[in-house]
Amino acid sequence: MSGFKSLKKRRRIQIIAVTFVALAGATALAGYAMRDGINYFRSPTQVAEAPPEPDEVFRLGGLVEDGSLVRGQGTQISFRVTDGSYEIPVIYDGILPDLFEENQGMIGQGRYINGTFEAIEILAKHDEDYQPRELTKALEEAGHPVDPAAADGAAVTN
Amino acid sequence: MSLWEYANPKKFTETVTPLIPWVLGLAAICLVASLIWGVFFTPEDYRQGATVKIIYLHVPSALMAINAWFMMLVASLIWLVRRHHVSALAAKAAAPVGMVMVLIAIATGAIWGKPMWGTYWAWDPRLTSFLILFLFYLGYMALWAAVDDADTAADLTSVLCIVGSVFAVLSRYAVLFWNQGLHQGASLSLDAEEHVADVFYYPLLVSIAGFVLLFLGLVLLRTRSEIALRRAAALDRRAEARAAATTGEPA
Repeated sequence: MSGFKSLKKRRRIQIIAVTFVALAGATALAGYAMRDGINYFRSPTQVAEAPPEPDEVFRLGGLVEDGSLVRGQGTQISFRVTDGSYEIPVIYDGILPDLFEENQGMIGQGRYINGTFEAIEILAKHDEDYQPRELTKALEEAGHPVDPAAADGAAVTN
Repeated sequence: MSLWEYANPKKFTETVTPLIPWVLGLAAICLVASLIWGVFFTPEDYRQGATVKIIYLHVPSALMAINAWFMMLVASLIWLVRRHHVSALAAKAAAPVGMVMVLIAIATGAIWGKPMWGTYWAWDPRLTSFLILFLFYLGYMALWAAVDDADTAADLTSVLCIVGSVFAVLSRYAVLFWNQGLHQGASLSLDAEEHVADVFYYPLLVSIAGFVLLFLGLVLLRTRSEIALRRAAALDRRAEARAAATTGEPA
């Protein structure tokens, strides 16, 4: 009787193991099939090497290049987005999120027309670092500024 | 004295009943302490300002939303293999708690996301996998409610739980699998790199402890209720059968 029961139990464990293997396989295959399509945004390198059609709406993500930010009339703004290899000029007319600034990550949605990304929406990308404001100020005063490139290089590759 | 003795519903109820107030009390102390500490006695973040304080609700709830599903997975596997009813009921009891954790994580994330990212919601891999996890919680609870036979319901929901664990894993590791997303990487991880300054980190740890205890307390409480409900249903059936037998006899 007990031997019969443990056989049933063993079968159940085997079926569960096979289920997990099948699920893991299915997930891996689905992930592999969609590996190019599931990215939320494209990097400047991807856009530069394979420029999208002017009517295609896509997302572009990268760092706002230091010193490239130019504010025009009203809410007009232009800047360049870089990933270290390529820069893409961006123009935008609208309200920017609080975290948007030079040397920080951003993700814009829009069209790539004649070598310029015309954004219709801009989001700021936040990194995973949390630090008190006083500490940052103290570090800067002591001559050890928090290196935004180091922090955001990580954010962009993340 | 084996761990499996607690799979006996009577033994489980007797052991757990005196523990519940302590667990929930400790959870309340941790939550109140960490929120007061975090909200009033920590500095502002160097980029986020005061918005950083939402971390004390967002990170623990997101953590528990995923861990609750893993707890349900373990309980479901024990049910499938060893057929302990208490295990199946514990999984059933955890689902609404986990679902609320997902809701808290999504709501606090949206409130944080509007000023920081510039949007309440984005179809980013991590956010999307969390939404799917939420739908899995709903489906899991609906399936329990839809099947009348308790053992069949436990079997079917266990299989659903196994399938859903794919999305629990995905929602945890989405930021690693798909690096081109909007959501930042994990601030808390077991690797050596430190992303969160100590001044934010310690209240966050207390808050996480509070959420873990709250989850544990609620699941124990709800499992005990499920056991009592099932016993009441069994007693009802027995009484009906007896009534049918006694009224049936003279006729």
